[in-house]
Amino acid sequence: MLVLARKVNESIMIGDDIEIVIIDIKGDQVKLGIKAPKSVAVHRKEIYDEIQKENIAAMQSKVKPDTLKDITDILQTHKEKNIDNSKK
Amino acid sequence: MVTIVTKPFGQIEVDERQIIDFPEGIYGFEDIKKFVILDAKEKSPFKWLQAYDEPDLAFVIIRPVDFMMQYELDVMPEDLEDIGAKSPEDVLVFAIVTIPEDPSKMTANLQGPVLINPKARKGKQAISLCDKYTVRHYILEEIKKAQVKG
Repeated sequence: MLVLARKVNESIMIGDDIEIVIIDIKGDQVKLGIKAPKSVAVHRKEIYDEIQKENIAAMQSKVKPDTLKDITDILQTHKEKNIDNSKK
Repeated sequence: MVTIVTKPFGQIEVDERQIIDFPEGIYGFEDIKKFVILDAKEKSPFKWLQAYDEPDLAFVIIRPVDFMMQYELDVMPEDLEDIGAKSPEDVLVFAIVTIPEDPSKMTANLQGPVLINPKARKGKQAISLCDKYTVRHYILEEIKKAQVKG
């Protein structure tokens, strides 16, 4: 991994068109500004990790042959119950 | 027709045209590039997203609008282009469902919506740009919220 030391208002370039500017440093937090073409997706790393973790959790859901029927019934009952409540 | 082994139904036959390419896979399962969507046996808003050549790998999915009427897709235009779609109207949007021990606490992942272009038979998991969508929305709670609002 390339490691670079930067001060506030300094920046690094990634390729020709992505610039990362150090906007502010306070304690253990760094504020970054990212200038990149619109087509470049910029997300916090945690988002990827969270989605990945959730996919794995979803895949490990204990499903039986009747699971879809069971959750469909739960959903329907819940919807009907809420409609009844809102009429009262 | 081709024969595949599925998690919910065991061995079944599917039409080759049902196979959807996921060139980038799904986060955490990047090596799985082909899926098929299987309907439930009974009428249901839930479906299966079954890996084509991994029998044990299947996700339960639901369209976000089926539990959140005001859901709006907010992804990068490139996510649509990647699957050969020109506009959001060209794609089907699904959320992957996690079903815990108590199924009434099932959640849907709106942070990583699964987009499918049925015409091109291509799909991908995108990342929502809208930060009100998280990886765990309690499906029953969302229905309640929507109905209270009216």
